[in-house]
Parts: sequence; structure tokens; C-alpha cells
Amino acid sequence: MDTVLQSRSKTVVIGSDKPFCVIGERINPTGRKAFQAQLQAGDLSQIEIDVSEQVAGGADVLDVNVGDPLADEIELMRSAIQLVQNLTDLPLVIDSSVIEALEAGLGAYEGKALVNSVTGEDERLEAILPLVAKHGAAVIGLANDDEIPMEPERRLEVARKIVSVAGDHGIPPEDVVIDPLAMPVGAEPRAVTLFIETVRLIRDDLGVNMTCGASNTSFGLPGRHVLGAGFLGIAASHGLTSAIMDARAPVCVEAVRAADFLLGHDEWGGRWIAAHRAKQAAQAAGNA
Amino acid sequence: MTHDEILQGLYDNTLIGNAPEVKDLTNAGLADGMDPEKMLYDALIPSLEEVGARFERGDFFVPEMLIAARAMQGALDILRPLLAETGAKPIGTFVMGTVKGDVHDIGKNLVNIMLEGAGFTVHDLGVNVAPERFVEEVQKHEPDIVGFSAFLTTTMPMFKANINALQKAGLRDQVIVMVGGAPVTKEYADAVGADGYAADASTAVRLAKALIEQHRQEPAAV
Repeated sequence: MDTVLQSRSKTVVIGSDKPFCVIGERINPTGRKAFQAQLQAGDLSQIEIDVSEQVAGGADVLDVNVGDPLADEIELMRSAIQLVQNLTDLPLVIDSSVIEALEAGLGAYEGKALVNSVTGEDERLEAILPLVAKHGAAVIGLANDDEIPMEPERRLEVARKIVSVAGDHGIPPEDVVIDPLAMPVGAEPRAVTLFIETVRLIRDDLGVNMTCGASNTSFGLPGRHVLGAGFLGIAASHGLTSAIMDARAPVCVEAVRAADFLLGHDEWGGRWIAAHRAKQAAQAAGNA
Repeated sequence: MTHDEILQGLYDNTLIGNAPEVKDLTNAGLADGMDPEKMLYDALIPSLEEVGARFERGDFFVPEMLIAARAMQGALDILRPLLAETGAKPIGTFVMGTVKGDVHDIGKNLVNIMLEGAGFTVHDLGVNVAPERFVEEVQKHEPDIVGFSAFLTTTMPMFKANINALQKAGLRDQVIVMVGGAPVTKEYADAVGADGYAADASTAVRLAKALIEQHRQEPAAV
């Protein structure tokens, strides 16, 4: 099943036989107090840096979240989506918990965006899915309702409900990307095994694409990038087809590209070898 | 084992999150006639405060914090009924929850354990708690303080929604509101009309005590 995302000039396809889709997570004020202050002042200049670093890091898609409670998120989202589209041709994820901000972002976006996100809660489904349908976008469905189920079967049930209600709104399953919920392994030793089981269930039962907030896994731990790299390789091998992740961390992006090759999504390693040559060339240019 | 050795053992083993050993030492201390309050205030709480300090400095990581808290929780389960028997009244009552739309609970759970350790009664409502639910639980438990936790910039506005709901229910003047969570700032807490904000668990406990003291002196002024 292919989820097609588009910008004005570029198409990215998420699918189980495609290279893993790296969604850059950096445009997000959570945990960035300086960026929060800039957003409150209506200053979007940091976004230019975030875009260029993530594009250089190898992101396929960029997530845009400008949620700050002391700022006008609706106006900020509109401006940020316009700005990012002028900085890059990568397709975008419009990320907010505020319905009006999603609407503003979708209105400003030219192409087929991915909306982040809806949960299995009726109220959220009924508020967000009509917007997704109206703009012909795709949507991320979090496999939780008013609580986070700790059994993979329950998460599958929530995912099934989201896909089904999306269908009622005219959104096909290929435009629903399920987030099986990656949680901190430092707080729950079973977090990743449970995640993996959920990924397998959803892959076998619904066959839809999946993404997750990969950095959650390593929350509060040392060596976050290495843990992220290990996690991504494991998750890709069980059917995760995309992740919202740190595209500026070479070890994470390389782990994903290695998984592509190892799992047969980069036949003969063309992309892997090309990336090696590009790195060599960049080093040579740096030394010259 | 001398009482000092037991206290030291409680401190050291809480620090490394050795729950079975902390439990054994607690029972050993009690069997030897030690004062439960002394074990709590001279060993367990200082140890968890040290864990918190190391975490703040970046020397300790989330799992270490959680297993230390779990070790202390095990001791508290044994000590709590005895502390109640000795007539030590709860310092105050808390209703606590992560706001609607947010399911992060690591920080909130740590604050809860520190509060319980300090003698508070805590009613934890869990995560994704709607404003109406906070109102109901505040009506039911009549706590001194209600605590709202949010981990995302996008869910912080629920503080205001919760405070409005309390206001509408006529409860705002009867309860102290404290807020916290990684993205929260003092400035934001003030802007939404909360009574208190703390950046970490031990500060939260100190502030909670101070706010209750203040509130009891001038109950209508909040």
C-alpha cells in the first residue's frame, strides 16, 4: 500500500517495498526554549536553519510544528508552511493539536500534505477527518484513544477504528498512516517489544503504512542517537515504513539507509553506495 | 546492624534503586524499634532528593530515577500506615493529573512519589484528564492543591481551560493550582493564572508546602 505525499514539485511515496521515509522532526518548539521565545515574537528565522540542516541530513519529508501557547499558532502555522515551502521542495507534515492551525496549514500548503495527527477518540476523528478529506491530504492516526493501551491487540483495534472512520469520510486506507506509539524504554522496559508486536499486528492485519516519533524511545537516556539507530533498524525490519526522527543525526539516518539495503529496499545498494560517494566527495571538497 | 547503619543502608539502596533491599531494611528497622518518621525524613527523602539533584545535573538518567522512586515507594507502603497511626496528619491533599490531550506521565509520577514521601495524600487521576474530570475530583476530594502536568507546548493551553472550568464550578478560590512539565515556564504559569510552578520534583514539594501555609493564613486571598 502506497501513501503518496506531494509538494509543488516533488513526490515522496511511503510503502513497504520503498525506502524508509525519514520525516525530520526538528521544526518543533518542544524542549527548545529559545525557539519558543522566537515564535512568541513572530520570528521564524530559526526555521531556515532547521530546514537546511534536515535537508542536508537526508530528510525525505519535514514535520512542521509551531505550537506555542503564548503565540498565535494559527497565524504562525500559515506563515511557517509558506516559508518552508519556499525553502525546500520536500513534502510537509502539518503538525498541531489545534484544529484551526491544521486548517490554516492545509490552506497554505500546495500539494498533498500529511496531517499530524488524529487519535481514536470520536471527537478528534469527527473534527479532523473532514479537514483531511476536504484538502485531499493524508493523516497520521495515533493508536490511542483516551488512554494508551498497553496491549498490542488493543492498539490494533484503535488503528482499525481510525482506518474505518477515515473510510467513512472518503479517506482511503493508503492515506492513513498509523502511529503504533513509540514510548520511552527508559520508563517502561517493555516499551519497544510492545511497539514491535504492534507494528507486526498492524502490518499483517491492516497493511497500512506506519510512522512514529522515534526519538521518544530514547527519552531521558545517554547515547540517544545510537539507541535511535538501533530502534529504527529493528522497527524497519518488522514493518515500520517511516519515522518522525532526528534527520540531523547521521547515525540515525545511516541506520535507516542501512536497513533499506539490508531489507531489500535498495537493490544492489545503489543508494547506499551513492551516499558513500557523496560523503567522500564532500570530505574531499572540505580538505581542498 | 546499628540504627545508623540501617539509615545509611536505606539511603544508599534507595539511591541505586535496590527495592528488595530497601524493603528488607525498612522491616529490619521497624523490628528493631526504629521511628518510621526518622527512616523517612533522615534516609528515604534525602536519598530521593539526591537522585533528583543528580538527574537535574545530568548525572542520572530516567531509569535510575524511576527505580529509585520505586524503591522508596516500597518503603512508603510499609511505613505509611505506621505514620498514620502515630497521628502524623497529612501535610496536605493533592489531586494530580496530566492534562487532556497529553499522555506523558514520567515527571508527574515522580512528583507524586516525592509528595507522598513528604506526607501529602495524592489522588492521581492519570493522563489525558479532561477539565470536567478535574472539577469532579476537586469536588470529591476537596484537596488543598490541584496539580496539572503537561509535557507538550501544544497541551499547555489546557492549564487555562482547567482553571476556567474550576472558576465556572465556583471552586477556584478553594483550591491552589500548581502546574508543571518540561516546556512550562514561570512566565507561562503566571500568564494562565496558576498559583505555583516548579521546575523539578523537590522544588514542587517545597513550594506546595509553602503555598498551603500561605493559603491557610489567608484563605480567601488566592
